[in-house]
Amino acid sequence: MNSSTPLLALRGVSKRFGAVQALDGVDFEVAAGEVVGLVGDNGAGKSTLVKTISGIYSPDAGEFFFDGQPVSIGGPTDAAVLGIATVYQDLALCDNLDVVANLFLGHEEVAAGPAGLTRQLDEIEMEHRSEELLSNLAVTIPSLRNEVGTLSGGQRQQVAVARSLLGEPKVVLLDEPTAALGVAQTAQVLALIRRLRERGLGVLVISHNLADVFEVTDRIFVLRLGRRAASFATASANQDDVVAAITGARERAATGGNGTGGAR
Amino acid sequence: MSSTPEQAAAPLPEEVKPPAWLEVLRRFVQGDLASLRVFVVLAVIWAIFQIENSHFLTAQNLTNLFLQITAVGLISVGVVYVLLLGEIDLSVGAVSGLAAAIMAVLNVKHGWSPYTAIAAGVVAGLVIGLVQGFFFTQFGIPSFVVTLAGLLVWQGALLKVLGSTGTVNVTDGKITGLANHFYSDTIGWIVAAIVIAIYAGGTLLAWRRRVTAGLADQQLAGPIIRIVLAAAAAIAAIAVVNNDRGLPLAVLILLAFVGGMEYVATRTRFGRHVFAVGGNAEAARRAGIRINAMRITVFGIAGTMAAIGGILAASRLLAVNQNSGGSDLLLLAIAGPVIAGTSLFGGRGSVWTALLGALVIGSISNGMDLLALESSVKFMVTGGVLLAAVIIDALARRQRQAAGRV
Repeated sequence: MNSSTPLLALRGVSKRFGAVQALDGVDFEVAAGEVVGLVGDNGAGKSTLVKTISGIYSPDAGEFFFDGQPVSIGGPTDAAVLGIATVYQDLALCDNLDVVANLFLGHEEVAAGPAGLTRQLDEIEMEHRSEELLSNLAVTIPSLRNEVGTLSGGQRQQVAVARSLLGEPKVVLLDEPTAALGVAQTAQVLALIRRLRERGLGVLVISHNLADVFEVTDRIFVLRLGRRAASFATASANQDDVVAAITGARERAATGGNGTGGAR
Repeated sequence: MSSTPEQAAAPLPEEVKPPAWLEVLRRFVQGDLASLRVFVVLAVIWAIFQIENSHFLTAQNLTNLFLQITAVGLISVGVVYVLLLGEIDLSVGAVSGLAAAIMAVLNVKHGWSPYTAIAAGVVAGLVIGLVQGFFFTQFGIPSFVVTLAGLLVWQGALLKVLGSTGTVNVTDGKITGLANHFYSDTIGWIVAAIVIAIYAGGTLLAWRRRVTAGLADQQLAGPIIRIVLAAAAAIAAIAVVNNDRGLPLAVLILLAFVGGMEYVATRTRFGRHVFAVGGNAEAARRAGIRINAMRITVFGIAGTMAAIGGILAASRLLAVNQNSGGSDLLLLAIAGPVIAGTSLFGGRGSVWTALLGALVIGSISNGMDLLALESSVKFMVTGGVLLAAVIIDALARRQRQAAGRV
């Protein structure tokens, strides 16, 4: 992975909620064609970091760089315009609508209706583009006209990820994409993440599941108590090191010298 | 990585397609074929009443039945939109009465032309709907409560507008003609031909575009069956009304609104967004849909359709009185769509099946009138039918949830 010019970089980002310092001078970067795993204990600031990147929270301090240029993200629309797409854990799909309708929700294609009097939904065009998108991503869904409510958890996750790609983003943030999925479905979603990387997207994956993180990421970024605790190249990292960084055993080993386990 | 192809292929053998009849049965149970369910119910009701009273299925009585359901059917069109959002509007009955009273008073007491008087009534309904939508969205009060308050307020306004006499007789030919004009046999057939041509043309064109685009589901059998059924229904309906007084203008108005609003619901971005908000408001909001603007608009539609229905009712009654829009009109306008499969939980339903629902409710009412049953029995039977419909809706929802997440 060539990460000399990161696609998205954060420098010294801080965010405070009342007495809680959720993020404290965090540096973070993701390059094009790179999958970064964001791990950390509950309350480490993972969600805050993602919501800051996607424009839902505005940081108290710190700088954003996109393609090397300093940018400011004042809201979700700014993030979307820059090319940052977020897939939240609750997926935000309408179960009563079919796959095509969900993919295009809020961005429906329209064409002239009967006698040019109305603007009506261009279902053909939308179904075409959906088919193209899903086959490019090698996502298999029984029928594009099935209601999303009838799909499996893995298929729903894949539809949610595919939807985020319609806006041609450069960075995709995935919040717990494999939570509550079975083994086969998890494999499908991880395969999809790999295809996002092949398309040259920068991908940020939040996950509690270290096995998944090790399987799919290039780099593992550990947050602890709102600070950047460690950053590992996945290929050369081992699970004990990452766990030590998450729990803080590594810090104690370094500072107090009384912990021997975990840190090398 | 190498395991991916097998994993992708592995689930396929398990997904052996169930036989077609089983698939139809499943969809029937889960409420996807609600319109078919209503047809069955309607056939049973008609059969029962025809056995009890041979006058039921005559041209004259069926024409009367069609006329009886126009007002409630028009109100139901607006109610469907509100139900699709997962909300409810309890004020539609009172709004229909008030709008009719405004029209009648302006026309009769103030000498307004029938057209401006009708327009004023419709605009009043629109404004009332928008105001209720505003209160619902801006203060986060449940729509149930806002429109319940509205029901009382608009009933009071109705009494105020009617004044001391309490009844305004409508004599203007243009207004009474809405519900009392019948077209000649020839025009009836022409209308039927146009309706069939539009429906068949639209369906076949859509099918051809799908084939040209190389998309799935290209069997011609489905569209052909639907066209034949629709054509048969249109021809039968015209044959019946022509056997009596002819095609009523009121029925034409109802069909035009049902067709137009069905188109809006299923073929436009606005309609798609209504379904989205009803299915998952949070998802719709995140997709950039302005859900509060949607809600206010939909309540405006409900108010407008209620006003139009009220004006038709006044035209049929030749008067507006203190009972206009009262009694069981509200409940029937909501019961119709629900019986026809529009969910009270939002996101599921259609405008045109509301017409079927109105037909079911109208048939029960009409049939019991023919059998000269007492009001007490009529109310109880109608209530029972509504309860049964809601139970079916709840069961279908449970079935879907059981089958939904595999």
